[in-house]
Amino acid sequence: MIAFLIKRTANAAFVMLAVALLAFVIFRFFGDPVEMMVNEQATLQDRIELRERLGLNDGFVTQYTRFVTNAVQGDFGISYRNQQDVMVLIKERFPATFELVLVATVISLVVGIPAGVITAVYRDSGLANTLQLGSIIGVSLPSFVVGILLILAFSVSLGWLPAFGRGETVDIGWWSTGLLTPSGRAALVLPAISLSTFQVTLVMRLVRAEMLETLRADYIKFARARGVPTRRVQWRHALRNCLMPVITLTGMQIGNLIAFALVTETVFQWPGMGMLFIQAVTFVDLPVMAAYLLIVSLIFVVLNTLVDITYAWVDPRLRDDSARGNG
Amino acid sequence: MKLRHLMLASAAVAALAGTAQAENVLKWGANRDIGSLDPYSFGDSFTINVLNHVYEGLVRYNKDLKIEPALAESWEILDDQITWRFKLREGVTFHNGNPFTAQDVVASLTRVSDETSPLKGNLPAYVSSKVVDDLTVDITLNGTYPLLLNDLTNIHIFDEEWMTEHDALMPTDVGAGTEGYATYNANGTGPFIVESRQPDAKTVFVANPDWWDEPQHNLDRIELTPVGSAATRVAALLSGEISFTNDAPVQDLPRLAAAPNVEVLEGVDLRTVMIGFPFRDTLTTGEPNPFVKKSVREALYKAIDLDLIHQKVMRGKSRNAGATVAPPIPGYTEALDELPGYDPEASKALLAEAGVPEGLEFEFNCLSDGLVNEEQFCQAIASMWSRIGLSPKLDVAPRAVQSPKRTNGKTDVYTLGWATLPLLDSYSPLLQIFHSKDGNAGVFNWGGWSYPELDALIDAAGSELDLDARLALQTEALQMVKDEMIMIPLHQQPMAWAVTEEVAEMPLFPDAKPRLWFAKMGSGS
Repeated sequence: MIAFLIKRTANAAFVMLAVALLAFVIFRFFGDPVEMMVNEQATLQDRIELRERLGLNDGFVTQYTRFVTNAVQGDFGISYRNQQDVMVLIKERFPATFELVLVATVISLVVGIPAGVITAVYRDSGLANTLQLGSIIGVSLPSFVVGILLILAFSVSLGWLPAFGRGETVDIGWWSTGLLTPSGRAALVLPAISLSTFQVTLVMRLVRAEMLETLRADYIKFARARGVPTRRVQWRHALRNCLMPVITLTGMQIGNLIAFALVTETVFQWPGMGMLFIQAVTFVDLPVMAAYLLIVSLIFVVLNTLVDITYAWVDPRLRDDSARGNG
Repeated sequence: MKLRHLMLASAAVAALAGTAQAENVLKWGANRDIGSLDPYSFGDSFTINVLNHVYEGLVRYNKDLKIEPALAESWEILDDQITWRFKLREGVTFHNGNPFTAQDVVASLTRVSDETSPLKGNLPAYVSSKVVDDLTVDITLNGTYPLLLNDLTNIHIFDEEWMTEHDALMPTDVGAGTEGYATYNANGTGPFIVESRQPDAKTVFVANPDWWDEPQHNLDRIELTPVGSAATRVAALLSGEISFTNDAPVQDLPRLAAAPNVEVLEGVDLRTVMIGFPFRDTLTTGEPNPFVKKSVREALYKAIDLDLIHQKVMRGKSRNAGATVAPPIPGYTEALDELPGYDPEASKALLAEAGVPEGLEFEFNCLSDGLVNEEQFCQAIASMWSRIGLSPKLDVAPRAVQSPKRTNGKTDVYTLGWATLPLLDSYSPLLQIFHSKDGNAGVFNWGGWSYPELDALIDAAGSELDLDARLALQTEALQMVKDEMIMIPLHQQPMAWAVTEEVAEMPLFPDAKPRLWFAKMGSGS
């Protein structure tokens, strides 16, 4: 087991290094930050000197090594555009993104699970067909379109909810939360729905497939035969057995949601990490871009590694070959 | 620590919003946020524009964009012709209560012209400054230079004591990787005080009750919120969540104009859109470069149907231009503004005469995030050039990607928009675009041309202190640019702001900079 842990961790570290390298290669095609930083009247000489000061003239390997060395110590430098410490910028934005993702996940479970059960249990009923059709729309509409439609309906026409921003926030330590104020909660509704549309569909389809499978299982038949009420069989015995993969999927999807939140954040001017990244791209703010990519991949890698380790712990067959060879 | 302060402040805002209905709050939805609270941190004219509400210069533009005294009351050029003496205004205080003195001016000029300042190009002629007495400053230049006042409109004055106290005498150096105090805090002399700032969410300004000037605005508070997505911005305006935007998207103007609670303010920007040619020996394809011949440039010029672009692409809202500067810019004359006339047959004849091969390939470099409808007018022009037998290859990408190609000569034909900012004078494009590349000059001379006669005219203008004589030289130089067709002007682009009915007065400035100290809100709000 210890060998397995070491191996997984080494794998994760290798993936992070590769991501850093890839990010670095991509940045070379993003353009020149200096052109964005100076104003019209800066001379050619000024530009050259600034490029030199930023270390952009150093060789690729030198720049990469410097970046990785600093990144390991949590130092990403300061943003070219905001002149703020990159880690502080990200720390400020992270709660906004995290709350959005959290609420979107809750919505996806609260809506997706019952919808999945209904479509499995009442197959071919009008309700189930409507839900199925709705789920196709949910998968195929891009989330920015959903966002704009929601804004048009609920902000412009009805005037119920704000079109942008995060409302008033309250600070708990370094964590800023919008969940404790009425305006913060109102501001969260539309972005969270827009972010969750895809996820709702995913959960619903997964639950439906699992339910169809489970309902055919022997123990369900026995339960029925014993005279357990149908609702109890469906919602309790069957559903419980379907939830394991849903929980795994939800856990894995949190990384995805954090990454894809940037579209939603752009539409709703949600001051989260995705927004920060989009702006950094526009201004070729290399330190911010690099830090964002690394942190998002770190979230992915950590989630994946945790899931792998849990599985290995639960199921010894998944431990690596050498362990099996020795055993 | 800072954040907690901001949060308390914004909680206070929330509390106030409930009680103080009589307050005039202008909710400004911009298309992006300011970079930081330090105007010297990043060469970004929007940041400087917004922070001009907090910080002021020695001189400023009035409602007609003429220069008038601000922190300086008067000035004169001393006998050596290169030293300017400024008499400063008495009784001005910074937002923290410190009095404004000559020390502050010297410290600010030193800060902005520091080696590590990205804005030092804004004071191209500056050499040094010294305190004469508490309210007198001498600024020494590197030669006779007529445009110092224009430069100074954009140089914001900081408080020396405040900078010393917070170790902010030098600009923040991104190369060094440490943060600066002025990034998070502001202390100017201007009509508004920064109350709180949450980056990318909201920056709140309150009116300065102790401002030295008689306020022409009646605002109590400005809330600047960036709303990057154009559709969301329009929605927020329609639903009244913002009361002003300085970027109303062109495609949504009819919709906004039709809304009962929104007024659209339209005008023509000072920014002149131009097309530039390469003057190198070869094109990017390796073929010999035909654009060095004036007749070829003329052929491309005559092949562009300006009226069609005006009507179809710019929806009738642009102004066709014959001159490389807009009419309000000093140096402009009507003679310069004569249009070439659309004549594709003449173009074909000119190309044949110059021996340009049929189907000549060249790159046409445009920005996807640059000028108004740039992608569309570039496509239109590319197809107009195809019609006279050329094969332009359209290359559209964001500014960050295109800039290096343009400055390094890795492309052929390109677009450029020039608003003559921050000088608001035709000397600006002459020096920075049309002059040969040489230190301060010709930084945007991406084509790499060199006309010694033109350079001589520009240099003469750059040291001519008599206004009329200087403008005559500049007009002559602009005429030469036009005759030689170094770059071909297309149009001045449209600009549109929008306000809700709460806003009673919002003067529209052709340099596209909101100056909210002239704005008034209606009593009905």
